[in-house]
Amino acid sequence: MSIIDTIVQGVLLGGLYALFAAGLSLVFGIMRLVNLAHGDLIVLAAFLILLLSSALGLNPFFAALIAAPLMFVAGWALQYFVLNRTLGNDVLPPLLVTFGISTVLQNGLLEAFSADSRRVSIGALEGASTGLGPLNVGLMPLITFLSALTVIFGLNQLIYRTALGRAFRATSDDIVTAGLMGIRPQRIFAVATGLAMVVVTIAALYLGTRANFDPTSGPSRLIYAFEAVIIGGLGSLWGTLAGGVILGVAQTLGAAVNPEWQILAGHLAFLAVLVIKPRGLFPRAVD
Amino acid sequence: MSIAIPSFKVETRSGTSSLAALAAFAGLALAIAAPLVVSRGVVQDLFFILTTLVLAQNWNLLAGYAGLISVGQQVFVGFGAYAMFGAVILAGLDPIAAILIAGALSALLAIPTAFFTFRLQGPYFAIGTWVVAEVVRLLLAQWKALGGGTGTSLPRDATRDMIGVDLIRDLFGMKAAAASDALTYWIALLLALATIGFIYRLLRSKQGLGLAAVRDNEQAARAVGVDARRMKALVYVATAFVTGVAGALIYVQKARISPDAAFSVTDWTAYVIFIVVIGGIGTIEGPIVGVVLFFLLQKLFADFGSWYLLVLGVIGILVMLFTPRGLWGLFSDRTGIQLFPVRRTLIGGPPAHTPKGGPNG
Repeated sequence: MSIIDTIVQGVLLGGLYALFAAGLSLVFGIMRLVNLAHGDLIVLAAFLILLLSSALGLNPFFAALIAAPLMFVAGWALQYFVLNRTLGNDVLPPLLVTFGISTVLQNGLLEAFSADSRRVSIGALEGASTGLGPLNVGLMPLITFLSALTVIFGLNQLIYRTALGRAFRATSDDIVTAGLMGIRPQRIFAVATGLAMVVVTIAALYLGTRANFDPTSGPSRLIYAFEAVIIGGLGSLWGTLAGGVILGVAQTLGAAVNPEWQILAGHLAFLAVLVIKPRGLFPRAVD
Repeated sequence: MSIAIPSFKVETRSGTSSLAALAAFAGLALAIAAPLVVSRGVVQDLFFILTTLVLAQNWNLLAGYAGLISVGQQVFVGFGAYAMFGAVILAGLDPIAAILIAGALSALLAIPTAFFTFRLQGPYFAIGTWVVAEVVRLLLAQWKALGGGTGTSLPRDATRDMIGVDLIRDLFGMKAAAASDALTYWIALLLALATIGFIYRLLRSKQGLGLAAVRDNEQAARAVGVDARRMKALVYVATAFVTGVAGALIYVQKARISPDAAFSVTDWTAYVIFIVVIGGIGTIEGPIVGVVLFFLLQKLFADFGSWYLLVLGVIGILVMLFTPRGLWGLFSDRTGIQLFPVRRTLIGGPPAHTPKGGPNG
C-alpha cells in the first residue's frame, strides 16, 4: 500500500512542477525564448504574495488574486521593453540577459527580504487531508494538482479556441507573415509573457504554502520546470504536465529509498528520458 | 598569352600586435617576479585574478567561439577540485601531481557529460549543463570519505610539503605558507599563459577558422566540409581539462572544500559569464579587460554584499543590450587595435578588397 501512497504523493507533487513549467513552456512555444530568470520570477511572486498576505492580512488565495495582475504587468513590461530587444537568430543575447535578470532578482530579494527562509501561512488548510478511496491525501497537494489541470486546460483552450490564441500560434509559426496579417508580434510576445507571469503567480502561491522558500530558491525551480518541459516534449502543454508528474514520482520514490536521494532521483529520471527519447515523450513541434 | 598571377599573402599579424608582444614580455617579467616583491595578500589577489582569467578564457572559447553556452562549467571546477582532494587524501599523492590528474579526470567526465547535453540545442544545452552539474554535486555530496555534504580540508602538511615548496623556501628565504602561495601563483601564471597561448594558436589555425565558420553559420560551415559536431566536442573536452586543472589549483590554495562551494554556480559560472560579456565576448582581449574590471569592482564594493552582484548583473544586462561586443569590442571598433589578431587579412595583389566579415575571421 505504501508504494501506491508514495506514487500518489509524487503525482500530486508533479502538479506543482507542471505549474512551474507551464509558463516556461508557453513562452518557449511562442517565441523560442528560454527565460533563465523563470525560477526567480516564481520566487519574486511568492514574496509578493507573502507581502500582501502579511501586510494587509489577506488570505493567501486572495493575495494571489491581487498579485496576478501586478505580475502580468511586470511580465508585459519585461518582455516589451527588455526581452524583445534580444530576440533574433542568435541564442546568446536572450540567455545572457535573462541570466543577468536572474542574478539581479536574487540579490534584490536578498537585500529586501534577507536570506531567511519564509513560508506563506494558510491556517487550517495547512495540515488538512481528505480521503481519496482507500488513501489519505493532503488537501493542499490535491488543490495544487487540480489547479495545474485547470491551468493547462485553460491555456490550451486559450491557445486553440480564441483570437488571441490564434495570434499566438500564427506568430509562433511564421512571424513575418503574422506581421503582414496585422498582428504586432512585439505586443503578442508581451501579452504571452504577461500571461506566463499569471501562471507563475499561481505556481508561487502553491510553492509558498507548501514549503519554505528564500531568495536563492529560484534556480532549482527553474531546473525542475525545465526538466518537466523536456521530459514532456517541447510545445505540448499536456506533455509538460506528464513531465511534471514523472519528475514528481521519481523524486518521491527516490526519497522513499533515501531522503537524500530525492532531488538526485528526479535528475536521473530526466537524464534517462533524454537518452531514450531526446525529443521528450510527447513532442509536438519540430524545433 | 600569360596572366600574371599576383602574389597573395594571408596574415593575421598587425603592427599593434607586435608592439603589444613587446609590452607583454615586460609585463611577464614583472608578473614572474611579483611574489619576491609584493606582499602575500597581493600575491593571493593576483592568484585570484589569474585563475578567474583562466575560467573566463575557457568559457569564452566555449560560448564565444564554439557557440556552446554553458551554465554548468562549475561541474569541472568542482569535479577537478574533488579529484585533487581524492588523490591527495585517499591516494596520498602530491597536490601538484594531483592537479594534472584532476584535469585528466575532468576531461574524462566531459565525455559522458557531452553524451547527455549534446542532445540539447541552444538554450536547452545551457540548462542541461546545469542539471549535469547538479547531478555531479549531489553524487559527490554522498562521498563520505571526502566529508559528504559538509566537505573536508586538505591535511595541513600536504600543501607545505608540495614539490617545489622547499626549493622556493631555500632559494628566496620565504616561510612555508608564503612559499606555497608563491608556488600556486606561478602555476596559475603558467596556466593562464598556456591557456591564452593555446586559444590564440587554435584560433589562428585551420581548426580555428572552421570553428569561427561554425559559430557564424553552422549549416554553411558543414556544407563546405567542417565537421561541426566534432569541433564542438573537442573544444568541450579541452575546456573541461583546463577548467578542471584550474578548479584543482584553486582548491590547493583554498585547502578546504564543500560540495556547495565547489559547485557554486555564482562563483564559477555567473561571475565568469559577466566578466566575458562585459569585457567582450568572442575576443581574447575581452576576458582580460573583464577580469581586471571585475577585480576592481569587487575591491570597491566588497562591503556592499549582494548589492555588488546586483550591480554586476545590471551592467551585464546593459552591455548585452546596447554593446553586445563588450568594452573591448567598443574600444577595438573605434581604434582598430587588436592585441591578439585572428582576423585574416589579404596582403598584396589586386583587387583591393576591404576586409569584411566577422570580427574574428
